[in-house]
Amino acid sequence: MVLPEDDPLFRALSAATCRAFREAVTTLPQDVVEALRSAAMREPSALAKNELKNILDNIAIAEQRALPLCQDTGVPVVYLTVPPHVPYTETLIYAVGEGVQRATREIPLRPNVVSPLKRENSGDNTGPGMPIVHVRPGSCLSVTVLPKGAGAENMSRLAMLLPTESEKIPRFVAETMLIAGGRPCPPVILGVGIGGTFDGCAALAKEALLLPIDTMDPFEQKLCDAVNALGIGPMGLGGKTTALAVKVRMAACHTASLPVAVNVQCWAARHCTVEVPW
Amino acid sequence: MVTRTSLTTPLGDEVLSLHAGDQVLLSGIVYTARDEAHLMMKESGIPFDPVGAAIYHCGPVIQDARILAAGPTTSARLNALTGFLLDRGVRALIGKGGMGAEVARALIGRGVYLSCTGGCAVLAASKMSLKGVYFEELGMAEAIWIIELDSLPLVVGIDSHGNDLFADIALGANKQFHRMFT
Repeated sequence: MVLPEDDPLFRALSAATCRAFREAVTTLPQDVVEALRSAAMREPSALAKNELKNILDNIAIAEQRALPLCQDTGVPVVYLTVPPHVPYTETLIYAVGEGVQRATREIPLRPNVVSPLKRENSGDNTGPGMPIVHVRPGSCLSVTVLPKGAGAENMSRLAMLLPTESEKIPRFVAETMLIAGGRPCPPVILGVGIGGTFDGCAALAKEALLLPIDTMDPFEQKLCDAVNALGIGPMGLGGKTTALAVKVRMAACHTASLPVAVNVQCWAARHCTVEVPW
Repeated sequence: MVTRTSLTTPLGDEVLSLHAGDQVLLSGIVYTARDEAHLMMKESGIPFDPVGAAIYHCGPVIQDARILAAGPTTSARLNALTGFLLDRGVRALIGKGGMGAEVARALIGRGVYLSCTGGCAVLAASKMSLKGVYFEELGMAEAIWIIELDSLPLVVGIDSHGNDLFADIALGANKQFHRMFT
């Protein structure tokens, strides 16, 4: 039997995973930085402007010193794209896990992963079912990481609306932010899943957080405007910018169901994709 | 021009003259504490002198006895675990997102809640040096780290007169929500 460590595919994917985490936790995607910059220019409130300035200063220092920009380096959420010529085996999952352990030691990441009831920390950000790895077919082998902090994740919600209640979706999205207030580190990005099943809808909401935020369709813009009208502002201290963007992903669903999920993402919307030449 | 009040721990009655919305620069020793540390302190005692102390709701990233990243965590998780600290003389709570009405009431005549920009972990760490640790067995995120601050910029979120900036904003948000979705 070939030990995974001796398998070149294992080594390449593990290294790519570690690299994706390093890039993700130290550097924000450009569309997010741009959205924060333009929010700082638009904010009339001095307190709100000051919070956004701190955020932009922090982003610059983190990038310059190659340090994690937030101490909550999250739990590891990973999306793998697997091409036809790469066999989808457990080796791929092990490789991602090893990449997470290495990233935790080397970058470093804060060890956040614990057993759910005993609260015992594994020390390396892995455990049963963690990292969470979503696999989909694609044209090349790539690993996308989305380190997800708990402050915002804890504010996420899901509703099983009635099929006739689609007009309640804006209310549910705005209500999620109303309940959250300043706790999830606004300005936030909201990933909204509509349709699918109970579990699939939540997955859609998270995947919506991988979409670029420099454009919104009219429905997304309407949801975003409703959230921003609340005036919660950066860090909940008041202001015009509560959400930088709302992004929606949809799937078909049962004729008797209308699942809606809102996954709350703090301003530190960290994600990164690394292709593995294979 | 925004004026910022400079404060140094241990804190005394000077905190009583602060008002919600004031900007402050905090220096001196602060103690990090999250959920597990609060439980531990409640059960087995506070390992530092609580009189005039400042508690920082934070679980930092530490490497080789250096603070790499140390932004605030969500303070509201500690609503029910904060009263005994204020009873023992703690004067300032530092965190993000604000705290519940019971904490705002407990701060009246005693202390303040200071809001630190969430996620700004390297900006915060650049104003810090590590001085020691209690309860290290709780792990990196949950241990009590003794940290010396050098002018950390903060905003008074809740003052000692019963004013709560977060509660005011939340009230306005609630009104607006009901205007939009009646």
